[in-house]
Amino acid sequence: MIRHLKTFYNYRALLWEFVKKDIKLKYRNSFLGILWSMLNPLLIMVVLTFIFSNIFKNSIPNFPVYCLTGRLIYDFFSQATNQSMVSITSKSTLIKKIYVPKYLYPLSRVISSFIIFLISLIPLLLIMLVTRVKLTPMSLLAVFPLLSLVALALGIGLFLATVNVFFRDMQHLYSVVLLVVMYMSAIFYSVDIINPKYAFVLKFNPIFPIIAVFRDCLLNGQITGSGNWILCAIYPVLALGIGLFTFYKQQDKFILNI
Amino acid sequence: MDDFIIKLEHVGMHYRKTTQKVDSFKEYFIKRLRKQIAYEEFIALNDINLTIGKGEVVGFVGLNGAGKSTLLKLISGVQKPTVGKVTVKGKVSPLLELGAGFDNDLTGRENIKLNGLILGYSKEFIKEKTDEIIEFAELKDFIDTPIKNYSSGMRARLGFAIATVVTPQILIVDEVLSVGDGRFKKKSEQRMVELIKSDATVLFVSHSLAQIRRLCTKVVWLEKGQIKMVGPTKEVCDAYEAYL
Repeated sequence: MIRHLKTFYNYRALLWEFVKKDIKLKYRNSFLGILWSMLNPLLIMVVLTFIFSNIFKNSIPNFPVYCLTGRLIYDFFSQATNQSMVSITSKSTLIKKIYVPKYLYPLSRVISSFIIFLISLIPLLLIMLVTRVKLTPMSLLAVFPLLSLVALALGIGLFLATVNVFFRDMQHLYSVVLLVVMYMSAIFYSVDIINPKYAFVLKFNPIFPIIAVFRDCLLNGQITGSGNWILCAIYPVLALGIGLFTFYKQQDKFILNI
Repeated sequence: MDDFIIKLEHVGMHYRKTTQKVDSFKEYFIKRLRKQIAYEEFIALNDINLTIGKGEVVGFVGLNGAGKSTLLKLISGVQKPTVGKVTVKGKVSPLLELGAGFDNDLTGRENIKLNGLILGYSKEFIKEKTDEIIEFAELKDFIDTPIKNYSSGMRARLGFAIATVVTPQILIVDEVLSVGDGRFKKKSEQRMVELIKSDATVLFVSHSLAQIRRLCTKVVWLEKGQIKMVGPTKEVCDAYEAYL
């Protein structure tokens, strides 16, 4: 364990460089650059709000904040896991040549996605101010679902990265999984519209409880479902455990398959 | 011989190789059902015993597929042997062929930093040496352009300059000196000679026997995953040439 921490310490500059590279390259050659990480969710929010307030009617109070919170979390999750998944296979030339702790590749992708996610929280705060959402001490608790989110994304990312080394089909399969996850996340509908018989299905979606808790903290100002709060703590631990286990178990075989 | 820097004891690398490549779920299940997955034991390296002392310049010769690159991968730590033990005392700097650690979209300058960190240099050190690297690689005019616009020779020059800016403890050179134009070839060979004269240990793979004769102090001849001969450069090279 101490040895692990020591190597991590030695490689922290490289990890940071990987993260910087990801962010830099994402917006290189675009005029607005990093502004896009704020503009993009805002535009999507406008579109969703337009569709679901005018074309389809809904009764969700403060729909812009409601859908933006869901959308941002889902976006981060899909970005981070998708990029982690290919982080090993796309670095094959490097991995074959020089020893670098392999978890740095997925980890750096998760961190860079998270930094972009944090930037995109700025427009959310703005919208909250505009729509006069009251900030309470409860809002500070939003740190909890965010930490859960990072741990969850890292765990699932490590797992996907490992699987993808051995079965490249994962990339195609996972895009379908993500689609299902999106519809199961209650981003633009309210949980109330689901037949209570099937409502439990949402709980199998690991990011649904995180979104629900995040909304509890920022929008509702109270705990609306204690089950979600418990799941929000359990899923990340579970995912991280499985992810780390499979990654460490298989990482020496990566080189034979990339 | 106690003063070794690299020691391999009974090292072997065995793969369980599927006779056909299977890399999709569908294929895997179909073949599994039909019991078509046949494994074949493939021995890339077998019972290698080798000790390399500090400051030696060791050349590796052998036909394609003899196991040279696999052996170097074991030494650099990217691959673990299936049997035996590899002991390396010191930091290994592989000369990344054609800049394997480069990111195409980053500029030369950014790549110096990235590649330097990958090689284990400290941030301060890289900052300090950046100008020296650019100078040596002769890339002053292109250093702020993305690397994807570089010619392969330019990439090789930059890669070589980064890897050799410091006297590494162990340097692995795998068929890279053959790139670059004649002028740079001369310059890089000169730098190699400097390294060889220093106390760096250099492992050198090349198909150019002339180059090996000029640079190496010791040569290892690999054949079919086994060491066929180890000894002073002239002896082994002569035998290998006769064999060819």
